[in-house]
Amino acid sequence: MRDMTLDDLHGQSGTEHLLTYADGFRRRIYVVDREVPFPEGRLIVSSTDPAGIITHANESFVAMSGYSLEELMGEQHYILRHPDMPPAAFKGLWDTISQGKKWHGYVKNLRKDGAFYWVHAAVVPNIRNGRIVGYTSVRRKPSRTKVEECAALYPTLF
Amino acid sequence: MSLIFTVSPDFNTKYLPGWFVVNTLLQRLTGEGIHLETFDDFDGLHEAIRKDQIDLIYANPFDAARLVRDHRFVALARPHGRPDEAVVAAHVNSPVQSVESLQPGTRIASTDNPDVHMMGMIMIEPADLDATNVTIEQRPNYVLVAKSLLDGDADIGFFLAETFDELSETIRKQLRVLVRSQIFVISHFFLAHPRVAEKMGPVRAALLALAQDPRGQMALDDVGIAYFEPVEQEEVEFMIDLMVALTA
Repeated sequence: MRDMTLDDLHGQSGTEHLLTYADGFRRRIYVVDREVPFPEGRLIVSSTDPAGIITHANESFVAMSGYSLEELMGEQHYILRHPDMPPAAFKGLWDTISQGKKWHGYVKNLRKDGAFYWVHAAVVPNIRNGRIVGYTSVRRKPSRTKVEECAALYPTLF
Repeated sequence: MSLIFTVSPDFNTKYLPGWFVVNTLLQRLTGEGIHLETFDDFDGLHEAIRKDQIDLIYANPFDAARLVRDHRFVALARPHGRPDEAVVAAHVNSPVQSVESLQPGTRIASTDNPDVHMMGMIMIEPADLDATNVTIEQRPNYVLVAKSLLDGDADIGFFLAETFDELSETIRKQLRVLVRSQIFVISHFFLAHPRVAEKMGPVRAALLALAQDPRGQMALDDVGIAYFEPVEQEEVEFMIDLMVALTA
């Protein structure tokens, strides 16, 4: 996964961050203070293998991420990780789904162009013949009340 | 012994004769005795499922999920280009202009169709509404859901999108669509009970062959299906995972 560059922002001014993911990978990103609204009536759907590598992305996932499908397939799902999301949230997610349980929560995602979008995400393990073969994440439009609560809470979790 | 075939009771009643023709053609193409058993409502269908009386079913997504996960039914085919989508609508004169303007205490007219109800409830979440702060009135069919809106007995109604589109123009003109789902991957599936494993191949072949024959095509037209397409079991498993996620 490559570092973001200022060219990705298409002329918008952004704030630079150096993110370190759970597996130790480090990536330079730029964040723009611009929210992209969740598309009405849609679901954003993606699947990964057990290691979090993207294996499926629906049209809404691609459109909202700002990446092309080709850019997304084979990448770590954390390509969408926004620096405002506390690592504890994702630890809780992985601890839950790796036990074969469903997780849901409110997530601020990072787009390729540095903007963001909020989702109400649910992640379920894909269990086939008793074995976890991957994970499917389904995001729907969140309530603004929940988004505002999370936007206030998450900075306190770092 | 005839195979017992049924269709989820969420279709427009105008399709009922068409399903009997489809059943007749499936019998001819497979050489098997197949009896079409229809149910007036989901309670009747679910009782038959509970009693393990169903061999073949054109199942709505919610029941398909249960039949595959709990009863090991196998997916044989799905209708091409016919996803199940939902519409949330209000009376055109209602002060409600968008989902976000809905308030706690909203009165909802819905049906016993679990798929549409689930999608409808998801689409009102952005207004901080859930089962704890709304009133849900179940109606026997979508025409009566629309009537509830027109009579002012409900603030919003949940509709199967294709049924909403088939309401008379007079009714539709009096309704305002607040949101229409565009999920695309939730659909009906044609499933078979694992006890009829040796008959799955012929039934699947017959379903796919229907569109190759003028009589079959006419029958499919009469149930609102362009043609059946083959599916991998993983496709229905994927849809089920998605629905499990949505019930979070």
